[in-house]
Amino acid sequence: MTDRATNFALRRRKVVKQLLEDRGDMLVVAGLGSTAWDITSAGDHDLSFPLWGAMGGAVAIGIGLAIAQPDRRVLIVTGDGDMLMGMGSLATAARQNLQNLSICVFDNEHYGETGMQTTHTASAADLAAIASGCGIAQTDRVETESDLAEVLPRLRNGPGLYFSCIKVRAEKLDFVLPPKDGVFLKTRFRRALLGDGVA
Amino acid sequence: MDWWQGIYKALKDADVRQIAYVPDAGHAKLIEACHTDNEMVAISLTTEEEGVGVLAGAWLGGDRGALLMQSSGVGNCINMFSLAKTCQFPLAVFVTMRGQWQEFNPWQLPMGSTVDPAMTMAGFSVNTVDNPEQVGSYAEATLNHAFVGGEMSALLLHQKLTPVKTFGK
Repeated sequence: MTDRATNFALRRRKVVKQLLEDRGDMLVVAGLGSTAWDITSAGDHDLSFPLWGAMGGAVAIGIGLAIAQPDRRVLIVTGDGDMLMGMGSLATAARQNLQNLSICVFDNEHYGETGMQTTHTASAADLAAIASGCGIAQTDRVETESDLAEVLPRLRNGPGLYFSCIKVRAEKLDFVLPPKDGVFLKTRFRRALLGDGVA
Repeated sequence: MDWWQGIYKALKDADVRQIAYVPDAGHAKLIEACHTDNEMVAISLTTEEEGVGVLAGAWLGGDRGALLMQSSGVGNCINMFSLAKTCQFPLAVFVTMRGQWQEFNPWQLPMGSTVDPAMTMAGFSVNTVDNPEQVGSYAEATLNHAFVGGEMSALLLHQKLTPVKTFGK
């Protein structure tokens, strides 16, 4: 693993902490693998739904959630591997003209859970350009601390449908595992959002 | 009443709000009705597996949803079905069948013969309806199974219900 991503300035665990420290009443979904561990490292939360599978599905889940909860900001935190697999969902989100969905990709240009093989973003694919091409009007590519400071408010508050690709260093980090029981994760999220009356 | 109106009525009666779909000729009128219904949100997908995610998100947010697709779309969903299975998300799927009855296109045959066992293996209870008079009651039972039982529930709409497609031949 000797490539440019090992030298990227931004570190994912610090970025996620900044991203979630003022989360307010945001609803958060994390893609499987590293981003699920990342959001958990910032503090497990009833209104977080970390995935342990369903690769390619993080943004799709955000679409249904954003439609159901139009008055809440929905934040998707996912990796480049998940996003590459679910690229079509960017076009679906844009076509629905959602006003309350933020998509944040931590792009380390590698598949972190399978041996750090490079993804397509290491040499070819530009996820911010793809999101833009799918019809998402507001997209950013983030590489520095000052870029990050600029986009954090957009990730928390919009405008509208917003996409940010944050280039983060390729590095192996400690696992910080969220609960693994999918039924538990679903039920605690629904109770926290909708009240104790729901199952 | 056309058979598709039986599904529409069942969706309305069950308070289903989000309708995720990949277009299919057999579902065309139902999809159009859902688009013009102000109480519903119709969501056009790029691939059927997105719909499994969308409906999981809908349920997390307090909405009920249903997924409409053609039989070929079932094959696109297999891994994503694990999301519903593992987390016990209710999942109601209405599948218009191809490759089953007077099929013109041989490329439809493999999924046409695989949908029922594949969905059963993925964790669905699967029913097939071929009588237009019974589509409404089957749709109601499918939604009941999903939302009262909290299960994965599929209704296969037999190819006999939909017009024979011949590509002008």
